[in-house]
Amino acid sequence: MMAQAAQQTQPDTPGREAEDYVLVADGISKQFGGFKAVDTVTLKVRRGSIHALIGPNGAGKTTCFNLLTKTLSLTSGSIVLNGRDISHLTSSQVARCGLVRSFQISAIFPKMTVLENMRVALQRKAGRSYRFWQPLSTIASLDAEAKHLLSRVQLADSHDTLAGTLSYGKKRALEIVTTLALNPEVMLLDEPTAGMGHEDIEPITELIRDSAKGRTVLMVEHNMSIVAGICDRITVLQHGKTLAEGSYEAISADERVISAYIGGNA
Amino acid sequence: MRSSLIMAALVVLALAAPFAVYPVLLMTILCFALFAASFNLLLGYVGLLSFGHAMFFGGGAYITGYLVRDLKWPMELGLVGAVVVALIAGLFLGTIAIRRQGIYFAMITLAFSQMIYFIFLQAPFTGGENGLQGIPRTPLLGILPVETAFSFYYAVLVAVGLGLLLIYRIVYSPFGELLRAIRDNAVRVDSLGFDVNRHKILAFTLSAALAAFAGGLKALVFQFAPLADVSWTVSGEVILMTLLGGLGTFSGPLFGAAIIILLNDTLSSAGEWALVLQGVIFLIVLVFFRTGFVGLLSRTKIIKLV
Ligand SMILES: Nc1ncnc2c1ncn2[C@@H]1O[C@H](COP(=O)(O)OP(=O)(O)O)[C@@H](O)[C@H]1O
Ligand SMILES: [Mg+2]
Repeated sequence: MMAQAAQQTQPDTPGREAEDYVLVADGISKQFGGFKAVDTVTLKVRRGSIHALIGPNGAGKTTCFNLLTKTLSLTSGSIVLNGRDISHLTSSQVARCGLVRSFQISAIFPKMTVLENMRVALQRKAGRSYRFWQPLSTIASLDAEAKHLLSRVQLADSHDTLAGTLSYGKKRALEIVTTLALNPEVMLLDEPTAGMGHEDIEPITELIRDSAKGRTVLMVEHNMSIVAGICDRITVLQHGKTLAEGSYEAISADERVISAYIGGNA
Repeated sequence: MRSSLIMAALVVLALAAPFAVYPVLLMTILCFALFAASFNLLLGYVGLLSFGHAMFFGGGAYITGYLVRDLKWPMELGLVGAVVVALIAGLFLGTIAIRRQGIYFAMITLAFSQMIYFIFLQAPFTGGENGLQGIPRTPLLGILPVETAFSFYYAVLVAVGLGLLLIYRIVYSPFGELLRAIRDNAVRVDSLGFDVNRHKILAFTLSAALAAFAGGLKALVFQFAPLADVSWTVSGEVILMTLLGGLGTFSGPLFGAAIIILLNDTLSSAGEWALVLQGVIFLIVLVFFRTGFVGLLSRTKIIKLV
């Protein structure tokens, strides 16, 4: 990982893609009836980077995520993760390959406790989820890790709270931390801070920055100060197509982006 | 502490019951309680509505009856045979049915159960509309005679107890925790990298096997496997028992089964009116207590069992 990073002195050297990019979507499209929500988008995500996907509402960002994680099937194009073509895998297979997402709508288990929510995620790696003959105490060993992760998002004193009764911001934090529990190589976050109050945004931003060490993060984010603060590279979508790509400085100076984003959420 | 007291009281009650109540009635309740609990494993803990669960219950009765009466197997092996067949059938039918969700899943299971009803109606060993009659009760473990209803009651009590313990184990296992997660948010479970369908198929298969075990026991109780036990009305009745007792609670289906069986028994002389009254009670409990009879109990603070 570090050795590779050292080799990336000239990031745009052609012919090194397989090494430099952990995730490559090549001309992916999604058509709903006669409407192309994602139209031949090509997206290359560098290993170890925090990459932002931005664009006005309805630009196709969530649909893009749905395609990358195979939550939706591709109309055309291909997706390569770590040099492996994942275009024809199912969504759960993609997750097992190390590409795990969070959802724009908080996806938690509302009738289970916060700790149980974490334990479900941790069960994936523990691989005991078919053991119907064993008592729950056999996975109590996961609790320590679960509690540690929860403490990172100020959920340490909510272990026994039903997840459905948490505040909106806490639900989002719980979802992100369950995603993180899988220790994914690539983590996709769909508007992780949307609708959060100030007091929640700061720790979540910290958590994302912190957890990006040793992994790649691709995130949809409307809050431009977060994008400016933690993202290495930005892709702008509009009407399902790539409008621009580059660093925050380059993007924020790009006239096409400015006109597409007049008054954005910056 | 309190719940272990309640458990101890229940055990004493169960042991003393046949001195006061007709043992066949008690055994009927026990068999349906296990059947409803196995059904609840699917509907209550995974959110899968099977509308054909009588195919496993009644099928288990037929297979046990056939093995014990025609092949002269000891009754314990007859039950094991029914469970093995149900495991295979459940795996096969579950794999097909699970491809569809919600009402379509219910309809596929209903279609399967209608096919199985027809097969048992036509098969040479089942006695057609008369059912499979004259199933002998072989001595327990080859030595203990259990011909009287009174003595057989205790064997059934132990068998049903073991079945319920297994269900309890499943519900509170790593697998059970995952089932509850699937019921809560299957899309999220999938996105975490679990194979949701395979977990559902395992739950379906286990539920089928337990239902067949319950059905096989009932056939040994009555020494008779009736065609009615594979019919859609029994599939409907087990839904009723589960909802009435309390969906997704451990004790709910047990209460539900007891209430329905006792109602059927006491109201059987009332003829058609029994069904009307059953409907009224069902409506009252469901409209006012969404968690069924168990919800009602905990609301009135009599006991709090889940
Ligand atoms: N399942 C669907 N069926 C039809 N249209 C959809 C579906 N999902 C998204 N869309 C449309 O695709 C476009 C892009 O949506 P989305 O990807 O959610 O945008 P974003 O996340 O960038 O706000 C929108 O116009 C939306 O209405
Ligand atoms: Mg979106």
